[in-house]
Amino acid sequence: MRNKIMSVVAAAAVAVSGMFFSGAANADEKIVIEGSSTVGPIAKQFAEFFMDKNKGVNITVNESGSGNGAKALISGKCDIATMSRFMKEKEFKAAAGSGKMPVAHAVAMDGIAVVVNPANPVGKLTLEQIHDIYAGKVNNWKQVGGVDMPIVIISRDTSSGTYETFETKVMHKDPIASGVETVGSNGQMRARVQSTKNAIGYVGLGFVDKSVKAVLVNNIPATKSSVASGVYPIARPLFMFTDGYPKPGSTVFRFITMYLSKDGEAIIERIGFVPLTAYKK
Amino acid sequence: MEIEKKAPPPLLMSQREGRLVRLMGMAGEGLLFLVASLSVFAVLFIFYFIVRDALPFIKGDYIGEFFSNSKWYPTHEPPVFGALSILYGSLIVTIGSCVVAIPLGVCSAVALSDIIPFSWRQGIKPIIELLASIPSVAYGFFALVVFAPVMQSHGGTLLVVGFLIIGAPVLGIASLLVGDMLSDRFGDSNSGISWALIPGAASLAILVLVSWYLGGIQIISGTNALNVSVILGIMALPTIVSVSEDALQAVGPELRMGSYGLGATRAETLVLTVLPAASSGIMAAVILGIMRALGETMVVWMASGNAAIIPDPFYDFLSPVRTMTATIAGEMGETARGTQHYSVLFMCAFCLLIFCFICNLISEQVMKRNRMKLRGEI
Repeated sequence: MRNKIMSVVAAAAVAVSGMFFSGAANADEKIVIEGSSTVGPIAKQFAEFFMDKNKGVNITVNESGSGNGAKALISGKCDIATMSRFMKEKEFKAAAGSGKMPVAHAVAMDGIAVVVNPANPVGKLTLEQIHDIYAGKVNNWKQVGGVDMPIVIISRDTSSGTYETFETKVMHKDPIASGVETVGSNGQMRARVQSTKNAIGYVGLGFVDKSVKAVLVNNIPATKSSVASGVYPIARPLFMFTDGYPKPGSTVFRFITMYLSKDGEAIIERIGFVPLTAYKK
Repeated sequence: MEIEKKAPPPLLMSQREGRLVRLMGMAGEGLLFLVASLSVFAVLFIFYFIVRDALPFIKGDYIGEFFSNSKWYPTHEPPVFGALSILYGSLIVTIGSCVVAIPLGVCSAVALSDIIPFSWRQGIKPIIELLASIPSVAYGFFALVVFAPVMQSHGGTLLVVGFLIIGAPVLGIASLLVGDMLSDRFGDSNSGISWALIPGAASLAILVLVSWYLGGIQIISGTNALNVSVILGIMALPTIVSVSEDALQAVGPELRMGSYGLGATRAETLVLTVLPAASSGIMAAVILGIMRALGETMVVWMASGNAAIIPDPFYDFLSPVRTMTATIAGEMGETARGTQHYSVLFMCAFCLLIFCFICNLISEQVMKRNRMKLRGEI
């Protein structure tokens, strides 16, 4: 009697686990993406498009900053880390320490536009002038060819990739003046510059719209072609990092190479970034 | 046929049953005790983890600089961890929100408990308490997108209106009180009103002069200490109003009736009897409000400008400031674990925790005193 019960239980267990495993094989394939709020929109649009074409693939995209993306990749909490900067040496070491091999995939180019209020007559600045403004050496618009009003300088939080790129491309590691205001996102930056007559700020090219005016930097306009060709001085590639190179043909591989396709290019362009493939044109 | 008789249930439990019941009782009590002590454990754990992560900084080389330097360049090479400006930012924002919230809050509480009809109170109090349920990010959005631009375009007008809302009632009451004192000392009691004319005229002059001065100010940047102070003050209002109104209600009708019986007017009863009797409850309300303002993160992160500077001059509310909460929220995302930057953020959290802890202790003591006083034990 007891043996009979045991065998029934065992059979049931086998059946259940069989169902479970076969279920797992058929279940939605999951890709978790974590990281930069600049690359996030690309990943989100890619994911939407990809899930539409491939039923049964489930992609979640979180935007918590490049640093958090790297952390998540290192700790194995995500499959793809979106980053608006390259991985730091420290992060590579941490990754190697936990047995991960981060591989960079540049998926698009991003130009950082220096923006002012549309009512501001100043239309162009040199890299040097922008540097001096943010270093606190220049604090009135008339010093850079504008009207006599104090400059409200707005910067990004030190944890954003946009800040890092700005710091390396413009500040050359000089400290930003301590009286500079700080905002937490591209959208907030735009809102502040739009509503403040004498403000200066910087946003990703994709976030420039009619509400703010992008100034010429060293006489070069912040446009897609100038960014893609590498002429515009404040530009950077955007990355997706994977642990090792994804197996060709795998879901992650197909997802991460989307930027090479016509659809991928169209998506990148639509959000306001510059496709890497655009340099040929 | 013999009918089988059922044995009557025994009146006494067997030894085994008795033990079982006792055991069950103890298990139940233990479970409830465990649930109740869960939050205590949570607090202890929070303390432990924050101290543990702040310890590398306390032991490190930068701890002297933390309290003495006002330069904050945590990601620069070499880093500078001068938190003085950040500590000061938290302080100035908290003081500012007190200036906004305490007069408005206490006056509203008095109005709710003693002045407006009861049926109105039933409608108004829930609406004020509704302020507490608005998510702070909504306040922050309002501060950034609506309030900051208005400050920039109509700064002077806004300052005047704000000053009149808070200054006029305070100065009015003050001049009445001063007039009362003057008539007590110098004149006969009938001429209290005419004595009040002197401080009244002085207050009016102050109001006009300050308004004229404020009206000429142009606010350069709308995200500043003042913006955040106003919004935090509004956020602290429901706490202050609700708790002080309870304190005023707790004073009870006996004292009020006694005061009326002695010939005091309604205003005299309120100012000289009810408010002093409820003062410790109001104190507690104010401290709770301060804690709300001190711990708030989202609004200050969005609308304070986040510039790590001590304003120049130090009372300049129109300068952007950076608070401890905003620093933690803004920088935690990027810092690598185990670095000095990571620990310094925990050090900020530790300072906040200590400050809130002290506030809480004080308010606890004050409330206890209040309860004892109302019961007539002291």
